[in-house]
Amino acid sequence: MPEILPDFLNGLLLPALVPLGLTFKVALTATAGACVLGLGAGYALSRRSLPGRELLDAVCTLPLVLPPTVIGYYLLVLFGRRGVLGQWLQETFGVSLVFTWQGAALAACVVAFPLVCKAARTAFEGVDANLEFAARSLGAGEGSVFVRVSLPLAWRGVLAGTMLALARAMGEFGATLMLAGSLPGRTQTLSLAVYEAVQAGRDNEALFLVLLTSLVCILLLLASGKFLKLSPNT
Amino acid sequence: MRKLKLVLGALALTLLLIVPAAPAQAAEIIVSAAGSLTNAFDAVKRNFEAAYPGVSVVTNYGASGALLKQMESGAPVDVFASADQKTMDEAVAKGLVDRATRRDFARNSMVLVIPADSKLNLKSAQDLARPSVARIALGNPDVVPAGRYAKEFLELSGQWVGPTQKYIFGNNVRQVLDYVTRGEVDAAFVFATDAMQAGAKVRVLQAADGKTPALYPVAISATSKKPGAKVFVDYLQSAEGQRILSTFGFKKP
Repeated sequence: MPEILPDFLNGLLLPALVPLGLTFKVALTATAGACVLGLGAGYALSRRSLPGRELLDAVCTLPLVLPPTVIGYYLLVLFGRRGVLGQWLQETFGVSLVFTWQGAALAACVVAFPLVCKAARTAFEGVDANLEFAARSLGAGEGSVFVRVSLPLAWRGVLAGTMLALARAMGEFGATLMLAGSLPGRTQTLSLAVYEAVQAGRDNEALFLVLLTSLVCILLLLASGKFLKLSPNT
Repeated sequence: MRKLKLVLGALALTLLLIVPAAPAQAAEIIVSAAGSLTNAFDAVKRNFEAAYPGVSVVTNYGASGALLKQMESGAPVDVFASADQKTMDEAVAKGLVDRATRRDFARNSMVLVIPADSKLNLKSAQDLARPSVARIALGNPDVVPAGRYAKEFLELSGQWVGPTQKYIFGNNVRQVLDYVTRGEVDAAFVFATDAMQAGAKVRVLQAADGKTPALYPVAISATSKKPGAKVFVDYLQSAEGQRILSTFGFKKP
């Protein structure tokens, strides 16, 4: 047993920590982005006065329905070195998203965004409009109504959507592979590392990574379940 | 109730569409081939099916190493064509292909290419060491034969620097080609036949062969019982098969 342990540590566990850390970095960044954008979009879509809102809703839902390879291709064409936005980013900030972890985060963010957006829209629509009217009648501005009335009441729905977005971002594969590639230590997240290990026939490594991913996801689900139950207005 | 009927109707229609597909018209053979053979084998397939209407070919392209893994996990492949001897040696050693049917059918060579609109003014492989060269793409040497050949070339010329920020590993040679045609990388190692497919989008800097020649073997899988597999392998080596391959830049073995 004592001889096996160092082998296990050096051969499987330590190399797996790199993609694990990267997965968290990418997924958390993506979720933060998806949360902010989804919250805004969801709130806007819940307003009846928004012109063409069903069309906008469909566009916002698109990343959920489209195959990840399609998203990946869109992003590659837009953010590649020769893409419209890619060129602008390169010239203005000297930033390139292709083959970087930021690119992986962008791909995961786009794919996770609809989950927050949908949940937020439903949650905001569930808020009693009379409460918002009451706040306005008492002199609150739109921003104040949002922060002090709508958001606190819709909070749980938004949070549930964000948890789903985090789970989706952690498992992102197709769009990430197309935009960021699968570069060990740089853009190779757990899901990509599993794919590479299987392709190269490193079955032990693949099995270990699969078990590790499953464990992380179970812990995440347990944590989010507890987190959601603990939040106040049940 | 109307919705239920609609759903049931859709299900019934799906079943109707699936069922007639079951009895195959022509004998079907599955050909797993190295990614670099993509365009050439598409053409071979067209001509072969025209010459032998009784056999239909289903092609499955990917990195040779990945195709080997598929066969190992039981993929029902009839013919396997890899871009290197090493992967085929492994297939033979594992009893996945019939050793007696193994033949070399084509030869390829490696080249160093850059995007046609590259402004880095690179002249040869020596220039890859310049700091202005930020990204060099090659196939993942663990799975992709073209990546292994490229690594050999770099080692031979004393330029291989181990894992570095510079190397971008692709999952197959066509992904590497895609990176360089899009200008996402500054230089790339691909087969001469791949560079030919990319046409004016890339510029060939120099030949980049390692010490192992890129010799393509083909073999019939150990589990294949279809007579069409042998007909296809024979066709590959026939004058007609070789003529088609040569139009895509492949040389005779």
